Amino acid sequence: MSRIFRSNEALVAVTIVLLSLVIGLNNPTFFSVGNLFDLLRSSIVLGIFAMGVLIVIISGGIDVSFTAIGIFAMYSTTRILKGFMPEAPIWVAFMIAGAIGLGLGMINAFFIARFRLPTLIVTLGTLSMFHGFLLFAIGNQIIRDVPPAMDQFARSALVRIPLERGVANLHPAILITAAAALVVWFLLNFTMLGRGIYALGGSREAAERAGFNVPRIQYFIYSFVGLLSGIAGMTFGSLARQANPQDIVGTELNVIAAVVLGGAQLTGGRGTVIGTILGVLLVVIASNSLILIGVPTVWQRVVIGLIILIGTGLPAIQARRAAQRGASSL
Amino acid sequence: MQESLKRNMLMRELLSENQTLRLFIITVLIFIAFSLLLGERFFSVRNLQSMAVQFPEFGILAFAILITMLTGGIDLSIVGAANLSAIVSALILTRLSGDGGAGIPLEATIPLAMVAALAVASLCGLLNGFLVARVGITPILATLGTGSLYTGLSYVITGGPAITTTQLAFIGNGTIAGVPIPVIVFIVLAIIFAVMLNRTSFGFNVYMLGTNPRAALFSGIHNERVLMRTYWLAGLVAGIAGIIFLARANSAKPDYGETFILLTVLIAILGGVRYTGGFGTVSGLVLSVLSIQFLSTGLNMLMLQLSGSSAAIFFRQFAWGALLLLVMVVNYYVEQRRQRSV
Amino acid sequence: MADAIVRLSGIYKSFAGVKALQNVSLTIKPGEIHCLVGENGCGKSTLIKIIAGVYPRDSGSVVINGREYEHLHPIDSIREGIQVIYQDFSLFPNLTVAENIALNEQLAAGRRFVNWRHVREVAEEAIAQLEVHLPLQARVEDMSVANKQLIAIAKALRQNARLIIMDEPTSALTEREIRTLFAVIRRLRERSGIAFLFVSHKLNEVLEISETITVMRNGQVVSSGPAETYDTARLVFEMTGQRIAEKAYDYTPDLSAPALLRVENLSVPGVLHDVSLELRAQEIVGVTGLLGSGRTELALALFGLLPIASGQIYIDERPVTIHSVQDAIRHGIGYVPEDRLTEGLFLDQSIGRNIVVRTIDRLRNRFGLIEPSLVTQQVNRWIDSLRIKAADPALPVKTLSGGNQQRVVVAKWLASNPRLMILNGPTMGVDVGSKNEIHELIKQLAREGMGLLVISDDIPELLQTCNRILLMRNGTIVEEILPRETNENELAAKLIED
Repeated sequence: MSRIFRSNEALVAVTIVLLSLVIGLNNPTFFSVGNLFDLLRSSIVLGIFAMGVLIVIISGGIDVSFTAIGIFAMYSTTRILKGFMPEAPIWVAFMIAGAIGLGLGMINAFFIARFRLPTLIVTLGTLSMFHGFLLFAIGNQIIRDVPPAMDQFARSALVRIPLERGVANLHPAILITAAAALVVWFLLNFTMLGRGIYALGGSREAAERAGFNVPRIQYFIYSFVGLLSGIAGMTFGSLARQANPQDIVGTELNVIAAVVLGGAQLTGGRGTVIGTILGVLLVVIASNSLILIGVPTVWQRVVIGLIILIGTGLPAIQARRAAQRGASSL
Repeated sequence: MQESLKRNMLMRELLSENQTLRLFIITVLIFIAFSLLLGERFFSVRNLQSMAVQFPEFGILAFAILITMLTGGIDLSIVGAANLSAIVSALILTRLSGDGGAGIPLEATIPLAMVAALAVASLCGLLNGFLVARVGITPILATLGTGSLYTGLSYVITGGPAITTTQLAFIGNGTIAGVPIPVIVFIVLAIIFAVMLNRTSFGFNVYMLGTNPRAALFSGIHNERVLMRTYWLAGLVAGIAGIIFLARANSAKPDYGETFILLTVLIAILGGVRYTGGFGTVSGLVLSVLSIQFLSTGLNMLMLQLSGSSAAIFFRQFAWGALLLLVMVVNYYVEQRRQRSV
Repeated sequence: MADAIVRLSGIYKSFAGVKALQNVSLTIKPGEIHCLVGENGCGKSTLIKIIAGVYPRDSGSVVINGREYEHLHPIDSIREGIQVIYQDFSLFPNLTVAENIALNEQLAAGRRFVNWRHVREVAEEAIAQLEVHLPLQARVEDMSVANKQLIAIAKALRQNARLIIMDEPTSALTEREIRTLFAVIRRLRERSGIAFLFVSHKLNEVLEISETITVMRNGQVVSSGPAETYDTARLVFEMTGQRIAEKAYDYTPDLSAPALLRVENLSVPGVLHDVSLELRAQEIVGVTGLLGSGRTELALALFGLLPIASGQIYIDERPVTIHSVQDAIRHGIGYVPEDRLTEGLFLDQSIGRNIVVRTIDRLRNRFGLIEPSLVTQQVNRWIDSLRIKAADPALPVKTLSGGNQQRVVVAKWLASNPRLMILNGPTMGVDVGSKNEIHELIKQLAREGMGLLVISDDIPELLQTCNRILLMRNGTIVEEILPRETNENELAAKLIED
């Protein structure tokens, strides 16, 4: 039994299955194609953010500014496109958003790598700084008439399945999420840089002694998170078909919850892409599907909070019990 | 040998005592700067009074961050707990008294509402303490989770919009001997915390635990108990802040004060609190609160002069974030110099 | 002799005016097992760091593999085949054994991508060289300390080590694990010609494994030569130097008096097995044994940090339960821990605060608030009576020397007036002068009526301070030894007996 508990991913997978069964038995529409596509759609932006945050947490840090980076990049890109290249194709928009996100991420990296400042507090500060700057200097009005590229992208579909009522769409942006997951998976498992991220999370000192250039790794990590966040923000804006500078910020917890539930630990050194994907699924199901069993959406925050507490509390209790038994660890 | 030791000692005293002195100078300088820049708009009785009723809201919350940071942790749920307390309070006031209420006289419901707020806040704090001390979840995650829980409950109770009531306006707007009541609450809390941290064994244990939890365990300090009490106090303080929220705004909302977390962390760091634990003073915190208030009002007025008013709030957000980073970088260099002089 | 791997001559090194090394010379030949012996603070670690290129020397010559280095950097040292295994092993707990072994080499080779098959092959090769069995896919954090050390050695091998330096390698190993380690070392020496430099203060092991021994004291080399020319007595004498022969603490307790502490059949699964002992006031009872013998665990159990499965503890012949540190303190037990830096002291806090941390409750006025004058009084009292050399009690305790720091820890406990003090490694990392004084302090406390339990593997210390010594092995007490009936060599031999 404890072997199963050891594999965090297995535990989350089991929880997803159980939760799905509970909801589905209560309300079979849970298993409908329409709902499944909806769940996937809700996972898109969350998933892209989560891949970035996963890398940060594996390295032993934490980043709470990614939502601000995302919305900053998205809003700025929208304004740029509207102002300078209104007919630009969607991939240009993503590129610009990604570049802006990268730049903002580098600011994070600077403070964290150069001054060895605590990541939570730095990113708390940059969260405020980026969001404030966006609203103050770039614009605080909702842009409802987005450039045609974004609009078209929002309406596109990968798969269209006609239902009794309406059509079920699978949005192509899911491919972005899949690509992000694939890239991160390859990075973490097959590149020395990725192993360096794990090493850094395991022991900074040992990583330095082994010859890893820790500041350079940190620069990569936070810049890459910025890049992913910019893309995620852009995806969000496109799907929402409007650029609202007050969106996304405030939803950091959902992403962090997904990553932590997936097996990553704040202390660093641990976490996998598969686990994070499962974590995302769990968070999405828990947030979106409660309505199907009659739980009003206003309970979402409570549910997420409880999920985090149970998801981190159980392993913590287990660890405590193990430590007490293994007396020589004292 | 003795001479150089004595000199080193003096340097050390200067560098550490000087932190409070430095802060004092900074606070005064900020005040002077804005007075010069803005003249009578800033340097007037009316403005001082206006500032005086603003800072207690986040200033009181700062005590919660102070005590949790001293133990090497942090409480990110304080705003959630404050709002939840305010909402429960407002609920009691509106449902049991006043228009549309059950007709119970205010003399009963007002104290009841305040007690309820503190009770709810205590529960919030105790839950935090339990999760951090007994279960062993790292404070960041634990309080992120409970923060979501408390804010979520606030939304569930209100359904979204605010609950308004003016019953506590007397607290928010009232004065005793010319001093606004929120300020008096702040001062009282400051005195209580100062005494508690410096002159009680609990306070002593908080500092030691924050410095080295393992050595604290080996020295017989009851780590779990100290942590429970710490987070409970933080919750209680959040409850007091919540009452002030309600008293000042005449309403209780689930999303009030979202920027206060960053603000209180900034205040703590500026006030000399070490986020790794074990070091920080009430006097530093109080000076820091004042500095931030002066900056807030001053920047606001400056922005109003220079551009539209709606942008001013957002500029402040930017300013707080930038200031936090600036303070941390400055601390970094100060620490470097201190290491070199040792 | 141009084929020496390391040849240091006339090395001088000072830190902020304090001479760490004076005129030190050291030669390490290929394939040699060389031990550097000395007490804490004698300069061993500094010397190691100079060989590794971590510290620059002030003067003297450093010749590695026949090449003179004006400035030796860590990367030079590594390139010359010198690998240092520090006490924390520099391993990644969250990565697998195989990856830990192969990682440094992969990095050094400038690889960008990971070839997992290559990683496994590299790891398998290294382990084959050691002829031990290690699970390649397991996480390092799940490995025992002994295995971690083997992994660290395997890692060093992969970087073409010609000289492996190990800092106190056996301090955390059980006896069987030490055997394995020594077998590996000998094998590597024979098969691959790798030299080893051990830094150790475990005399019996030093005598067993080394070919050449160099003894240091107070930053200078006292002697250096083939291992056959040394025995325990000579080592002890040269390590500690001409010191005033301490008068042994010869005390015979009155067995009719009630025992201060009585332990009956104490058991903690896997760790302590049926331990029974008695301690009377004014006794200084030594507890010794190799790691894994249970000596530290016994202390932790008595102090409430280790839950007891069965058995009974009696204080003043009354049965007590000790489930927590608070319980132990309530029954008058104090504990000076092994690792004073992490367990005994609050390094960044002031000396004064460190002294009163246990008794702060009693320094209050009638309002229940702490009274600063009472605090100052107590702090000064202990600084004086224990002769703690501190310029100002407000300074952080980390500014004190090891010996003075230890005194602060002792003061902390004495301030609360314990009846029984357990001291674990009381003079570890303490300079020779302070060592004597701490021993005198222990004896004085005993004379004044306290009962003391001294846990140590410092044989001279045990013989000089204790009136009885309990030898532990495999979690139980196997023998009671009277100091006057034995000597250093005998006691050392008994320790490693099987």
